[in-house]
Amino acid sequence: MSIEVRSVTKAFGGFVAVRDVTLTVGAGELLALLGPSGSGKTTLLRIMAGLEEPDAGQVLLHGQDATEADVRRRRVGFVFQHYALFRNLSVFENVAFGLRVRPRAARPPEREIRDRVMSLLRLVQLEAMADRRPAALSGGQRQRVALARALAVEPRVLLLDEPFGSLDARVRAELRRWLRRLHDEIHLTSVFVTHDQEEALEVADRVVVMDEGRIEQIGTPEEVFERPATPFVTSFLGRVNVFHGRVEAGRALLGPLSVPYPEHPEPDPRPAAAYLRPHELELSREAGGDGFWATVRHVYPAGGSIRVELADDERRLLEVELPRQRQQEIGAAVGDRLYVRTQTVRVFVTAKETGTP
Amino acid sequence: MTAPRRAVAEPAAVRVALVAVALVFVALFLVVPLAAVFAQALEKGARAYVAAVSEPEAASAVRLTLLTAAVAVPLNLLFGLAAAWATSRFEFPGRGVLLTLIDLPFAVSPVISGMVFILLFGRQGLLGPWLAAHDLRVVFAVPGMVLATVFVTFPFVARELIPVMQATGTEEEEAARVLGASGLQIFWRVTLPNVKWGLLYGLILCNARAMGEFGAVSVVSGHIRGVTNTLPLHVEILYNEYQFQAAFACASLLALLAVGTLVVKSLVEWRGRAALRQAAE
Repeated sequence: MSIEVRSVTKAFGGFVAVRDVTLTVGAGELLALLGPSGSGKTTLLRIMAGLEEPDAGQVLLHGQDATEADVRRRRVGFVFQHYALFRNLSVFENVAFGLRVRPRAARPPEREIRDRVMSLLRLVQLEAMADRRPAALSGGQRQRVALARALAVEPRVLLLDEPFGSLDARVRAELRRWLRRLHDEIHLTSVFVTHDQEEALEVADRVVVMDEGRIEQIGTPEEVFERPATPFVTSFLGRVNVFHGRVEAGRALLGPLSVPYPEHPEPDPRPAAAYLRPHELELSREAGGDGFWATVRHVYPAGGSIRVELADDERRLLEVELPRQRQQEIGAAVGDRLYVRTQTVRVFVTAKETGTP
Repeated sequence: MTAPRRAVAEPAAVRVALVAVALVFVALFLVVPLAAVFAQALEKGARAYVAAVSEPEAASAVRLTLLTAAVAVPLNLLFGLAAAWATSRFEFPGRGVLLTLIDLPFAVSPVISGMVFILLFGRQGLLGPWLAAHDLRVVFAVPGMVLATVFVTFPFVARELIPVMQATGTEEEEAARVLGASGLQIFWRVTLPNVKWGLLYGLILCNARAMGEFGAVSVVSGHIRGVTNTLPLHVEILYNEYQFQAAFACASLLALLAVGTLVVKSLVEWRGRAALRQAAE
């Protein structure tokens, strides 16, 4: 089932959490709402669920206006950031809750409840824990109970608020792959909120990047990572070196860089900035191509790759990420002067009146 | 079992002195008076004791005490739940004022609490002429006693519940709502189980105070024997009439109530902790 959000705005007191957001989640899609805290992503998710009422705008579920529909009637599955398991009920009863509270006419018989709950617990690999209380489970297990509980009512969409936020790194990586596989099996339209770009890029079909209540960019993980639409998206999705400068007469002059910029042929200068990902820069011992000379300040081994911190001739710092093998070839060491070659330079004209860069 | 090493370890002498001070204090001001009450009550033997607590006026006082508690405690339960729910779940104009006013009966002297009802419902009071015209008696009658008791005890349940409800938060209730539960189902299945120990604790304290209240009730009672005397008032009357043994016999009933309340309270706390432990295992 599809979810459509049309020009939704929501403010809490003087703070505008969501500003005029329009978004469509396709049927069967797994969508990530990605942004820093305070970007409005959780509020948007809660508006989709019906836990918050928008000040303006509409929410359509399966093409039908659900803006006024009560949460109870929307048939959404919601997984809370801190799981919100019922602490006085066993794992089994937590999952059964949504079935037990149905009006008598719609309530399945006890046998069916038992079967359905047990098959869901099998799905989340927690059959053995059915009689435990939530307090006796680990974070990852609680998260899976929360998911089983949300799925028990056969929701039309699944909404997850920071589903892996409070788990440690290993469990988090495991659980998000598991969620992806689960989604591929059941094809339930799902939206999850995260502040972790790696998580969004790895799991989602499409990523919505938000900042200050607005959507900055919507696209596939490749699109938002390779072709970020705004400086914010560029710097939020991974590490980045920023050089400030200007564009004029068809060239961009940004710190040590000077690259062609045909989008601005006029002679009057405009402030601009270049965004360079550390892994998109190359180091070598001789000059060649677009680039500049810089001095190595630090060399950090970072697992499979090496991070090299350099300073250009005007002491502007930048970071370059090299494959371990390349480091063995050039042997960058503190104090060396190396040539930094750029491949792609993303230039954003920062003056607002020029609109999109 | 070895004692855990403490970060703040006092010299043994200091510890012994502190424990001794606490124990002596408890003995002097709690145990000795309590023992004295029972000693005096049984001074003339068990027969006199039974006679003192079963004579008609004493029995009437017991009945009235039970009645006021039977009205005050359920009202307190309702008010406490409503106030705790409202203040911990919603932001509304007057929330701060409500939170402050809940404590008012703790802040003012019980005598003043009683006076308020005389000023409202007494013959010269605001509503006095209207009540007289309709032949209704509030002050110097049972309704006044109940009103005064309700007023004095109403913070108990709310005070216990508000912090508990604030600590539990609203996420579980939201989860229940998304799963399709109605307001009533959420209350019975989620909210109430989470606050039950706090609620029970509040009710026990409220009941103890409702039965033991003296000041406010004394002002509105008019001391009509066999009609508007609760146990604490009855004790005072007997004492003023130099019937010491009877006074102490009735007082021992109140003391027993207090001891019983403490036992139940400890049981509730113990059960509550056990429930928490069980949940954690």
